[in-house]
Amino acid sequence: MKKKILAVILVLGMLMALLAACGRKGGETPPAVKERTTANEITIGIAQDLDSLDPHLAVAAGTKEVMFNVFEGLVKPTSDGNLVPAVASNVSVEDGGLTYVFTLRQGVKFHNGKTVEMQDVLYSVRRCAGLLEDGAEPLVPALAVIADIQGEGDTLTITLSEPNLEFLAYMTLAILPADYDQQATAPVGTGPFKFVSRAAQDNVVLERFDDYWGTPAKLQKVTFKIIEDESGLVRGLQSGALDLVSHMTYTQISQLDKNDFHVEEGSMNLVQALYLNNSVKPFDDVRVRQALCYAIDKQGIIDMAFDGYGIPLGTSMFPSFGKYYDDSLTDYYPHDVAKAKELLAQAGYPNGFEMTITVPSNYQPHVDTAQVIVEQLKETGITATIIPVEWDTWLSDVYGKSEFQSTITGLTSDNMTARKLLERFNTQAGNNFTKYNNPKYDELFAQAVAATDDAAQTAIYRQMERHLTENAANVYIQDMADLVAVRNGVKGLTFYPLYVLDVSTLYWDK
Amino acid sequence: MRKRKINGYLLVGLIITGALLLMTLIGAFHTPWDPNAMSATEKFQAPSLAHLFGTDRFGRDIFSRVLKGSGTTLAIALATVAIGAVVGTLVGAVTGFFGGVVDDALMRLNDALTAFPSILLALLVISIVGPENKYNVVLALGIVFIPSFARVTRTAFAGLRDANYITSARLMGASNGRILLIHMLPNTARVLLPAVTIGFNNAVLAEASMSFLGIGVTPPDASLGYLLKEAQSMLALAPWYALCTGTVIALLVFGVGLIGEGLQKMDREVA
Repeated sequence: MKKKILAVILVLGMLMALLAACGRKGGETPPAVKERTTANEITIGIAQDLDSLDPHLAVAAGTKEVMFNVFEGLVKPTSDGNLVPAVASNVSVEDGGLTYVFTLRQGVKFHNGKTVEMQDVLYSVRRCAGLLEDGAEPLVPALAVIADIQGEGDTLTITLSEPNLEFLAYMTLAILPADYDQQATAPVGTGPFKFVSRAAQDNVVLERFDDYWGTPAKLQKVTFKIIEDESGLVRGLQSGALDLVSHMTYTQISQLDKNDFHVEEGSMNLVQALYLNNSVKPFDDVRVRQALCYAIDKQGIIDMAFDGYGIPLGTSMFPSFGKYYDDSLTDYYPHDVAKAKELLAQAGYPNGFEMTITVPSNYQPHVDTAQVIVEQLKETGITATIIPVEWDTWLSDVYGKSEFQSTITGLTSDNMTARKLLERFNTQAGNNFTKYNNPKYDELFAQAVAATDDAAQTAIYRQMERHLTENAANVYIQDMADLVAVRNGVKGLTFYPLYVLDVSTLYWDK
Repeated sequence: MRKRKINGYLLVGLIITGALLLMTLIGAFHTPWDPNAMSATEKFQAPSLAHLFGTDRFGRDIFSRVLKGSGTTLAIALATVAIGAVVGTLVGAVTGFFGGVVDDALMRLNDALTAFPSILLALLVISIVGPENKYNVVLALGIVFIPSFARVTRTAFAGLRDANYITSARLMGASNGRILLIHMLPNTARVLLPAVTIGFNNAVLAEASMSFLGIGVTPPDASLGYLLKEAQSMLALAPWYALCTGTVIALLVFGVGLIGEGLQKMDREVA
């Protein structure tokens, strides 16, 4: 058996040598970068698979981020937060905000070659507003405000039941062909890129749409490669398999060679928080929720897990939403363990309690945040346990069925309205997965929706933000910094105030 | 009975395993640092006297985490082997001793289980029994480990079935239970013990693989496999993390492997 022993020793030796080699500083031999055959394509790494390819049904921010390039609405957002006409060529608001008149742009083509007709636009808006004859619920609750839709020639007239200042932002909803039922598998839109293929859990391929009405995309082909593993993304960049990855951590970034990559920094435009299920014990007690807010040190989380990158938040709003954002709420609950203990004692938990934090395991920043929170909560006597779940499970059980006690995620807005971020805490909202239930908030929300004056509406939204903070609906953490690793030579990355990645402006410059 | 001589394999194996076990045991009660305590100012420190194995990206002491982690891994491995050995021996005893239809049925089931790659089978069990936590990992791995024990012990029991002293015992009116437990079981120890050591090693590696895949121990808790998973994401920034954790796993498996080898060798020398 001496041979066996020898073999084991040899294997051990090789292992050591291998690891020692990995540990060598400086990286004298940079990993071979694959020679690019064409400057017309790019491969982008993303951390999660897409949920639904049908833009009206997709809920995941990561899906909308990608499909932003495939779909367009009557209007579309720009990188500076404005809305510009897209499938419509002109928009006018009449009757004091009650009537919106859109003129369709001539000759806008769908990716399947057909021209966008009035019936397609009517179908798309009605589908989202729940006005199709199938009697379905509105996919976008905000569109329940539509009283009437008329399409004549190339003029679309939408009449609202009451004036709504944010209505136009909702008209970014994707225009889809009316007589097409393959959206979920082979989506067709009007955007600068057309969908080519998708391999579940592996990749999504987009190609430039040559009949695009607007400024054509610079690249011919974009592949989104799904790598649900943070070190996999880094290795993908190092090996040359990936050219660009968004939403990286500082730890990931610091492993990249400066000669091959540069980093562009924006903010993710999301509200990362420890979202609490307000309907379950002990989080149905406002004192417990407030205690959590005092117990958790958000700057500590940012320093510990994000190397100081990130903007601390105190409510469901982030700075790029300008006038809606109330900075004074950020430090409403300073880190104060004594105060937290006091509140817990009042609520009947003098010795703390046990809780679970469900996190999507593919998303390392949330897992890291959870680990820091578990440590921070120990000081207050709260024992938190992390439950890592697959992304699909998270979507269906946590987001879909509210089967959780607390969870960490980042909530985004797919249009530039405060409503999109705040509506979900209204009792009636279908996506109120935190089960926040407060008549006062519902009332404020109704007022905000009915407001006819922008300044008044903004004021009410800010009140709603304050309400969420004061009632500690959730433990707000931060708007995460968006560190994007970009291969040198790739130019044109544009940051939006929304959670999207516009690939139409990317190009290679050598 | 002749005096059994402790051979070199056994000795070295016992020393290595003993040292690791002792450290793990101490680690269960006392670690130099809190294994989960974070420190923003001490991230990615290379090994030093204060932090023998360095620190990770949260500034946690890797040595303390490895101590705690090996405790978890050892507990999982022991429990797994216990399930596998007890149930497997039971199955082996019944099939080997009685033979017949029961033997055929159980051994074919055994073959069916063996046909699956073990990690895949364990994943399947976990997806059926529910949440991914260490208890379910033990259950899953335990089930996966039954067939190998059943096979080994069945052969031993079948070989003993017709031995003269068993026939004598039967003629003296001993019950089947008594024969199996008192007369046969002790005599299967010479095949069972090496099987246990091999099984233990496989269990350590299986736990490491499963935690590496993200199934099993939940963060921030540690097991050796989970630590390796963490380490691989910072291979370039903290190579000592993977190196130290990997070495501990390798040493553990090596030491227990030597014990198994030594036991078999000793057995051959006696026989």
